[in-house]
Amino acid sequence: MPSPLLDIHNLTFEADRHAILDRLDLAIDSQEIHALLGANGSGKTTLAYVLMGCESYAPGAGTVLFDGTDLLPMKMHERARLGLTLAWQEPARFEGVTVREYLTLGKPDCDPEPALRQVGLAPDRYLSRRVDKALSGGERHRIELASVLSMKPKLAILDEPSAGIDMLSINHIIDIIRALKAAGGSVLLITHQEEVALIADRASQLCAGRIIFSGSPHEAVDHFRGRTCVRCDGQLCDYVRP
Amino acid sequence: MVGAEPAILDDTSIAHIVAHGHRILSHRTVPGLRVDMEETPDALVGKLIVEAGAQIAQPIHMCFGLAHPTGKQQIKIDVQILEGAQARVLSHCLFPFAQAAEHRMQAMMDIGPGASLTYTEGHYHGPHGGMQVLPHATIKIGKGARYFSDFSLLSGSVGRLDIDYLVEVEDEGIAELSAKIFAHKTDHITLKEAVMLRGERSRGLIKTRVVLEGQAQADITGITEAYAKGARGHVDCMEIVQGQARASAIPIVRVFHPEAKVTHEAAIGSVDKKELETLITRGLSPEQAVELIVSGILR
Repeated sequence: MPSPLLDIHNLTFEADRHAILDRLDLAIDSQEIHALLGANGSGKTTLAYVLMGCESYAPGAGTVLFDGTDLLPMKMHERARLGLTLAWQEPARFEGVTVREYLTLGKPDCDPEPALRQVGLAPDRYLSRRVDKALSGGERHRIELASVLSMKPKLAILDEPSAGIDMLSINHIIDIIRALKAAGGSVLLITHQEEVALIADRASQLCAGRIIFSGSPHEAVDHFRGRTCVRCDGQLCDYVRP
Repeated sequence: MVGAEPAILDDTSIAHIVAHGHRILSHRTVPGLRVDMEETPDALVGKLIVEAGAQIAQPIHMCFGLAHPTGKQQIKIDVQILEGAQARVLSHCLFPFAQAAEHRMQAMMDIGPGASLTYTEGHYHGPHGGMQVLPHATIKIGKGARYFSDFSLLSGSVGRLDIDYLVEVEDEGIAELSAKIFAHKTDHITLKEAVMLRGERSRGLIKTRVVLEGQAQADITGITEAYAKGARGHVDCMEIVQGQARASAIPIVRVFHPEAKVTHEAAIGSVDKKELETLITRGLSPEQAVELIVSGILR
């Protein structure tokens, strides 16, 4: 059995003495789409930030191996250069930075047009536009995904990639996720939308900072629907109650 | 000439004025444009008039500067864009060696009814600082007239910059003032721009972008007052502060008519953390990310 691309053991992150990630274990293989389900506040976005090494998200305990390398001592840009990236749930806006620049960050020779077409945006209309407030939320999300596609990461963490995208365009998002896999990458797919989660190879459910179920996407969706907790603060949850 | 090809000085279809200190080195006019500049010991004094209905196809280049470490340059100019005329002015202000010099501009601009002026002013300074740059202007925008100004100081260390613009806008007139400044070392920037929306359905926008590093200081005041029905104004100031620099932004908005509206936004601080982290997740180093964010803001 080859080692997983991402191998997380006992990962713990606390904020204000409250465990947001609680001894979390998770493994993602090469070219795997892994959906992560969980209620609001269960720790999904925190896990993304901890993995990416965002400021103020240093874990208190645990290990994370990425492609065989110990990820946690590394700085954020070192992790990115290793092939890990994050598409943000609410992507930042950049005054003055063009879509062309944004899609070729760190790779000025890269052709941004294929990625832009892949997310359904016409290059002649968008490449010279700025990644600023003039873009709609949906346009900004697509450009975020195009930026990830351009980067050709080993593992893309997609935090709610379909948020703000109209219903008719969900299939487009699904195609993009599959394109990341087809290009040789893996995806950690954080989502609330069942139809998006169901395209995954495997899925896990996060509750109060712990993985409480892993299996097929259908099983995970059923499990998520049937969960006994109504709040994932550990108080009402059968899975995490001591 | 900075920011333009030197060959434009030979192009008979392009008007220009080139002055060093209080000496005019070269000038040319084109049909529809009258330029009367006079050398005096204390100042360059003159008028620039675009005749009624004239459309000056090519930008009018004005190149001012000092080629020595010390010296003074004072310019007193009346700009009149007569009814229905259109012109663009590119002003290049060049002080590459200045260490203890002064550049003072006193301008009166009158944009006639239905006329349009786009005024772009670029400053280019050396590394020494120590200059005093004092551009002061009063601009009157007539009925249905348009005025767009774009001031930039992105190269070198200026020393002290003190901008003071007052703009009066009549019915359906438009005034858009943009300033982009990168301050270094001990530069001290004072920028005061005031737009008085006197006329009905007049429009005003003050947009300021300042990046400070070292021990630079900036005090930015954007004032918009709306006096008439349907007048709309907005003041938008963003300052990024790095190192030991410090900044203030004072938006002052006043409305004197129930059907007028003026809004403002101001942001001062370090580079936005989320913008920074987003770029880093794409593989840029923190330094590269800051550079891109700053250069984007100053475009």
